[in-house]
Amino acid sequence: MASEKGVILLDFWVSPFGQRARIALAEKGVQYEYKEENLTEKSELLLKANPVHKKIPVLIHDGKPVCESLIIVQYIDEVWSDKAPLMPSDPYQRAQARFWADFVDKKVYDCGSRLWKLKGEEQQAAKKEMIEILQLLEAQLGDKKYFGGDSFGFVDVAFVPFTSWFYSYETCANFSVEGVAPKIVQWAKRCMERESVAQTLSDPKKVYEFVCFLKKKFGVE
Amino acid sequence: MAEGELKLLGLWYSPFVLRVRMMLEQKGLSYEYLEQDLSNKRELLLKHNPIYKKVPVLIHGDRVICESLVILEYIDENWSGTGPCVLPADPYERAVSRFWAVYIDDKLLTSIIGILKAVTEEEKAENIVDIHAALEMLEESFKKCSAGKSFFGGDYIGFLDVTLGSYLVGIRAAERISESKLLDETMVPLLVDWENRFLAADCAKKTLPSVERVEEQARMIRGTRWKVASAN
Repeated sequence: MASEKGVILLDFWVSPFGQRARIALAEKGVQYEYKEENLTEKSELLLKANPVHKKIPVLIHDGKPVCESLIIVQYIDEVWSDKAPLMPSDPYQRAQARFWADFVDKKVYDCGSRLWKLKGEEQQAAKKEMIEILQLLEAQLGDKKYFGGDSFGFVDVAFVPFTSWFYSYETCANFSVEGVAPKIVQWAKRCMERESVAQTLSDPKKVYEFVCFLKKKFGVE
Repeated sequence: MAEGELKLLGLWYSPFVLRVRMMLEQKGLSYEYLEQDLSNKRELLLKHNPIYKKVPVLIHGDRVICESLVILEYIDENWSGTGPCVLPADPYERAVSRFWAVYIDDKLLTSIIGILKAVTEEEKAENIVDIHAALEMLEESFKKCSAGKSFFGGDYIGFLDVTLGSYLVGIRAAERISESKLLDETMVPLLVDWENRFLAADCAKKTLPSVERVEEQARMIRGTRWKVASAN
């Protein structure tokens, strides 16, 4: 990579991890070049920028790559600190934000994948777990406008891309997110009023089509 | 900067706990250490970490912080004026440190446990290959992060040093149990040099348990909890 000035994001259209980076960049008003990766045939640039994991998203800023979505979001927040701060300023509030973003990272995608990959009892167990996860997050949100309080913040960015996967989770595992965590659904609607989120999140029906494609690919039925 | 007494709920051989203790030591912060019995979790642990029920848990006055890397960043930000910095000041260098810390935790713990749990020679060999590969990556990372200085953090022990450093005793204990060489000076000479400097530092000397003690604990867990039969 030459030390070209500017920002490039290597990404995959439906990735909730890539969407975190896109939302953060949009909140900050950063101009960047979006490069869609073919994950079955990864580009030279991706392999060079993320030789360790070979995964998206990768943010390349003035030729220097940053990998791992939550690390990318923190980087964006620290570099473009003049606008729309995503992290609170108090160290303890920041610790809480990091803890909950990490919780989303550890739990949501993995459990969500089990909802569409598994059947029978295993799927039921995953469903029970997903309901617990959503309810824990709902308790954390409480009656706040956002996880960040009055301002849209780090945990909101970490979690909101997964809201377009709710329809897929509900359809595959036969439950209702609104039924188990209504405040989360309300929060998701509030987030969609933000341009950064509305312009980034995938249509839930398109996500479901993608999940169906993956199910076929992995021979799940 | 918030005031208040510091308490740390921990387990004497956990790398996640050891790194927090080393950082508190490095920053010159005094705290009350409360050893936990994870087979019989007491109210304090369950109350303060209801989500994961794990250690470490840092209690600072009425504040509770869980997850070791989150705790390290809290220490960095809350005591930014005290002692050496935990994380670099530059955002890009911070991103690099955070990346490698996550990598270390992702790769080393699984491989070390894999080696200790291995029943067949093949299983053991696979995990040894994995750990060698991870350490070779970290050798390269050390070259870049240290930029010719003594530690990942530069002149002073920092975030990445304590994160990797917290595994050193476990790695050496696993070497003895598996009769293999994991941290090999012919493969990762810079890391072995770094290891010597790290272990000579006060924060490591005052905190890390001995290899013998960890080896004994690992053998006990292998025999009783994991039921790995062995000749030794």
